[in-house]
Amino acid sequence: MNGWSDAFNWLLDPTNWSGPGGIPARTEEHLVYTLVTLVVACIIALPIGLAVGHTGKGRGVAVQFSGALRALPTLGVLLLLATWLGLGFGPPLVAMVLLALPPLIAGAYAGVEAVDRQTIDAARSIGMTGWQVLFKVELPLALPIIIGGVRSACLQVIATWTVAAYLPLGGLGRYIYDGYAVQNYAEMLGGSIVVIILALVADGVFAIVQRLVVPRGVVLGRASDVRVRQSRSLVGTSGSTTAG
Amino acid sequence: MIEFRSVTKEFPDGTVAVRDFSLVIPSRRITVLVGSSGSGKTTILRMINRMVDPTSGVIEIDGNDVSTLEPVKLRRSIGYVMQNSGLLPHRKVADNIATVPLLRGVKRKDARVRALELMDAVGLDRSLADRYPSQLSGGQQQRVGVARGLAVDPNILLLDEPFGAVDPLVRAELQQELLRLQHDLDKTVVFVTHDIDEAFLLGHQVVIFKKGGLVAQVGTPQEILADPADEFVAKFIGADRGKRALRVRSEAGRDVLVDSEGRAAGVLVTDDDEAGAVAAASGASAQGDQPR
Repeated sequence: MNGWSDAFNWLLDPTNWSGPGGIPARTEEHLVYTLVTLVVACIIALPIGLAVGHTGKGRGVAVQFSGALRALPTLGVLLLLATWLGLGFGPPLVAMVLLALPPLIAGAYAGVEAVDRQTIDAARSIGMTGWQVLFKVELPLALPIIIGGVRSACLQVIATWTVAAYLPLGGLGRYIYDGYAVQNYAEMLGGSIVVIILALVADGVFAIVQRLVVPRGVVLGRASDVRVRQSRSLVGTSGSTTAG
Repeated sequence: MIEFRSVTKEFPDGTVAVRDFSLVIPSRRITVLVGSSGSGKTTILRMINRMVDPTSGVIEIDGNDVSTLEPVKLRRSIGYVMQNSGLLPHRKVADNIATVPLLRGVKRKDARVRALELMDAVGLDRSLADRYPSQLSGGQQQRVGVARGLAVDPNILLLDEPFGAVDPLVRAELQQELLRLQHDLDKTVVFVTHDIDEAFLLGHQVVIFKKGGLVAQVGTPQEILADPADEFVAKFIGADRGKRALRVRSEAGRDVLVDSEGRAAGVLVTDDDEAGAVAAASGASAQGDQPR
């Protein structure tokens, strides 16, 4: 098929790698959009998820709310918001945050719920306050699952930010919409490939982070005796992140 | 002294775990609450440090009504050890032991020194201080649990079936450690178990429960053995069988004790041959492991 070789030619063309419309600049835009989305979504979702997991209350509401959010068609929400709020960064940001909320909330409450009830009961029995149980016991033990939620949110957000180019806005979606407008399929396919690579790289990074945040005692518990020394040095740097 | 006065606990689902329970738990003694599961003994234990609040009735510690005390502060002043150690899996042994002192604002360095001392006290090698709980055996984890319970030097130590999940040999060892610790440290110990042998071994005072938090009998092991309050208690302690039902048989001019199956359990001695009594007693315990 000719399309693929055209796409690779487009990707290899040096003129596509420089300037404000070049691949590095567009990738950077895309990453910034994604990062802002994740930060905003985390600020909203994590307290909700942790509260649900910690108190055990409102789980049903959280599940239904997340389910309802998942069912929203993102492009529809985007256009609706754009007609209300006008063009610019705001409408797509809101739409992407809505998209990111369900996996983040689910990750947070599932993570806290997965912590052994006996461990929590013991922490309370020896005199930890609710907040101390949350921050010194539940959060460190739940962190791998919480990061798992961020990971899946990140993947969706990277993929979906492409539709924001419709508005119009920057990011890697530009290539897809601009290429479509002039029927330049090489550009469309090339742009898509960049998005896919970006998503895979981000997913890989989170996969690594997810392993690093597993508390050491928990890692050691799973490892066999022979591997204990190895896994110690492997996760040596994670001690500082989880010690608090 | 801990005193329960007509304490009742009814859970929201309508189960009455404890009904009109009154008891005085003397200071510096081991009181064992024993009964089968669902007898409310754990609920009673957890009411002492306000992990459970009673529906009605009063619980006092040295004359102070616990319901007027702040739960977190109260819990930090009472040692608590539970069945599956309840250690924090992401913290090293020494940090687990030092958890409460650190919460109370003790300096890290001092807390660690104290944690190492406590490891000595409960018979743990100091080299385990930087291990994680998952790297320890069940018995070692329970020792860490006891050390953590002792970390704030509490007057009261609550133990909820602490040796229930370890194998019989380690359990026997831990029981002796507990007796030694209590003897050395003079704590008020409240101990929950479903094992009557453990209760008789450890308890200065033993409380036997029926289903639904009803007390069947309170007394020293001797009193209970000598005079079981009713059929239930007699059955529960096994007074009619095994090593608890000993008969005297004359053999070559000496009185030999045999159990209900006719196996020799020991010899009867008088007070003036103490040495012989010790030998006989150890012989009896070596024989008497079958009925559980």
